[in-house]
Amino acid sequence: MAHVSLQGVRKSFDSLEILHGIDCEIEDGEFIVILGPSGCGKSTLLRVIAGLETLSGGTVTIGEKIVNELEPADRDIAMVFQNYALYPHMTVYKNMAYSLKIRGLSKTEIEQRVQDAAKILELGDLLHRKPRQLSGGQRQRVAMGRCIVREPKVFLFDEPLSNLDAKLRVQMRFELRQLHESLKITSIYVTHDQVEAMTLADRLIVMDGGNAAQIGSPLEVYEQPMTKFVAGFIGSPAINFFNGKMSGDGSQVELVDSTCLSLGKNGLKKHGGSEVTLGIRPEDFKVVEDDQAMIHLQVDMVETLGADTLIHGHLGKIDTDFIVRLSGTHHLKRGIKLPLSVSPEKLHFFESQNGNRIQN
Amino acid sequence: MVENRSFQKVVTHSSLIIGVFIIIFPIYIALVTSSHEQAEVASTVQTWFGSAFLDNYSTILTTGRESTGAIPISLMMWNSLIMAVGITVGKIVISIISAYAIVYFKFPLRMFFFWIIFVTLMLPVEVRILPTYEVVADLGLLNSYTGLILPLIASATATFLFRQFFLTIPDEYVEAARVDGAGPIRFFIDILLPLSQTSIAALSVILFTYGWNQYLWPLLITTEESMTTIVMGIKRMIVVEDSVPEWNLTMATALLAMVPPLAVVVGMQRQFIKGLVETEK
Repeated sequence: MAHVSLQGVRKSFDSLEILHGIDCEIEDGEFIVILGPSGCGKSTLLRVIAGLETLSGGTVTIGEKIVNELEPADRDIAMVFQNYALYPHMTVYKNMAYSLKIRGLSKTEIEQRVQDAAKILELGDLLHRKPRQLSGGQRQRVAMGRCIVREPKVFLFDEPLSNLDAKLRVQMRFELRQLHESLKITSIYVTHDQVEAMTLADRLIVMDGGNAAQIGSPLEVYEQPMTKFVAGFIGSPAINFFNGKMSGDGSQVELVDSTCLSLGKNGLKKHGGSEVTLGIRPEDFKVVEDDQAMIHLQVDMVETLGADTLIHGHLGKIDTDFIVRLSGTHHLKRGIKLPLSVSPEKLHFFESQNGNRIQN
Repeated sequence: MVENRSFQKVVTHSSLIIGVFIIIFPIYIALVTSSHEQAEVASTVQTWFGSAFLDNYSTILTTGRESTGAIPISLMMWNSLIMAVGITVGKIVISIISAYAIVYFKFPLRMFFFWIIFVTLMLPVEVRILPTYEVVADLGLLNSYTGLILPLIASATATFLFRQFFLTIPDEYVEAARVDGAGPIRFFIDILLPLSQTSIAALSVILFTYGWNQYLWPLLITTEESMTTIVMGIKRMIVVEDSVPEWNLTMATALLAMVPPLAVVVGMQRQFIKGLVETEK
């Protein structure tokens, strides 16, 4: 077990810089999820930590040791690959035992460790099968087992659940989390799936184009997105964005169709008069009586999902499409005007120019 | 699935039977001819087995025939076997190692070396035979197994095939091996070789046949009778001056010459199919 420290981590391939300097302190026993769309450098970051890619700048520290120059095998890490990378010609047992054999452990020690891991992962009956005779979920477990037997300081996961079907993914997610609870080994997990990220992580690193856009707990990231990108990436359906302009005293914001939203008692005085992007999550809208409405939504389409109802609509004449998510079923007709309100603390403001969050 | 109708069955089976018949026919004639006395086959083609089957085979296997210098076929086959196995093993070892270097290691002029190897595809034995002969003669390797094998084991084809195969092996295996702590040699032995089993089996079949069928090269560098290979032997039996070709013995030799390649094909086939079914990438 160990903490991991990233300081100014940079990686370039030839002239193309993929990671632009990432700083992060990962605590001992923490489960960190690196989240981002494809091409944001999240896998590269993981591979840099693993030692599969060399650093172009900065330092990676695992435990007390700077590991920049160390081979993956000497970094005391274990990695689960996207396609598991189980050696197809070896049995499950041999796959799990391989790294121990290379390290020169005694036969009895290897046997002991493999059996222990097999017990944790319920792989006992499968030890003498070849990977091709296993189902996706079982392979996933073997890949985990291969990591556990090494008793590493850090676990690295590279989108390990992306090859499983939806149902199995939920189950494996749960098992992964349980495993982490019992082993308490520092884990770094890369995914593009926000549900995985939100449910597994102690803290998230949201990556945007080679930068860490935000590092924080799942709730922090959801409730206080630091950039427009993070706000748009986390949450499903995605957050609604509107262009608007702050009133001079920063107490309210005027949207393009002259709807005005009050910012509540605090307001954003420093930003009075500036152009802003307003973000409102679909689930933060409430249906209210007509006279209390802040926004009137022109309903275009209603999707009934059972537990939730998604309402697609727009504001007034202008093309400001947005989505509202109401819990339960609602019988709404196309074309009606739905009176909605949002509590002021659920409004997210971002600078129009650079997308950074505006807050007091 | 193809519909399982009896008419289609008849058509497929009869075309298969015709195919088999066309292939079997010359072999049958050879087999029949090899079982007759010389006089019976000198001018006609026999259609049914004669009585000299065992005599003919024991003659060529033990004492050999006058017109080919009385070398027993068994010795020729032994020579051919050593040459063919040597070429097969040599080619596979050399080319799998060079393909490994080219695919998995970064070194200066890597692609240059690959293309240099690749270009030698255009230089088969026949094209470079004179310089090769000169080199082998200067090294004093005439009339030796080394001389028969060595010049033929550099193989661009096999290198290229292994390279293509290695490129299809997911990088994740390499990375997993690195994380597991396997160095380049361990990775090669523990992971790459077992995964290449199929390719090795397939290439062995092709290369063994290639080595076994070598004619021009052994003809050039062997002058001693004891180094004669079987393919040379057959050729000498067909062209005999001032006497009647002994077709019965020639056919027997030809049939015996077929046996080892056949055995390799049949023996490797299992491995081959097993590999095809089991390999998972």
